Amino acid sequence: MNNETRIPIQRSEDIVTARELARGMARTAGFNGSDLTLIATAISEVTRNIVEHAKHGELVLALVCNGSKRGIVIVARDEGPGIADVPQAMQYGYSSRNGLGVGLPGARWLMDEFEIDSRIGKGTIVTMRKWVG
Amino acid sequence: MHVPVLKQGEYLIASIQSALSDPDLIQLRDDLAKRVGQYRSRGVIIDVTVLDIIDSFATRTLRAIAHMLKLRGAETVIVGIQPDVAFAMVQLGLTLEGVGTALDLEEGLAYLNRHPMRKVRHEQ
Repeated sequence: MNNETRIPIQRSEDIVTARELARGMARTAGFNGSDLTLIATAISEVTRNIVEHAKHGELVLALVCNGSKRGIVIVARDEGPGIADVPQAMQYGYSSRNGLGVGLPGARWLMDEFEIDSRIGKGTIVTMRKWVG
Repeated sequence: MHVPVLKQGEYLIASIQSALSDPDLIQLRDDLAKRVGQYRSRGVIIDVTVLDIIDSFATRTLRAIAHMLKLRGAETVIVGIQPDVAFAMVQLGLTLEGVGTALDLEEGLAYLNRHPMRKVRHEQ
């Protein structure tokens, strides 16, 4: 991927850094104001998941083209404990801790494409894409 | 980033100045719970105009603040949620149910001025 930006995610302050960097990148790709907010909010949710469950991981941001479409791809990767039951974790309102259970399912609603690959003991990779327009 | 809290008569105004991390939000919650007692405040305005994101954690914390302060005898009103932020919150299914909201600081003050908790006290 070209123009890749990697942001280490360890502390809750990194969540703020990640969403601000992503907002800037998405703006250069041509996203409008409300899409910028949706993207930054989705990033906030997936990076908080890393901080809360995996302690550390990274966020990779890249601008992508698919034919005439321009967009942003966001990969949130950690080497945490992994999610035992992904379908359950993707249910809105389900929370393993004291959260709202909004994080992962919510992020899926905010983006155009959302994939999750999680393995117990290995970690979790969330890949999200959003296209301009 | 510390949130300044101003005392304005019987109200407190927390005016958020920049993006807040999760610990900043927790700090704001604890500050307000303490100051409502210290100043015997009846109402609290939290101005979120500068926030370009209100995610699930921020929503949960704002709700917790409003409910905690109610238990301490003060009404809370959140003012200044931006249109794009409101849109993203709706997309995420986040609500501030049971929490007062108003367009801006002026409307927030008007909201507190007509709130029953204050009226009752003034009629007594």
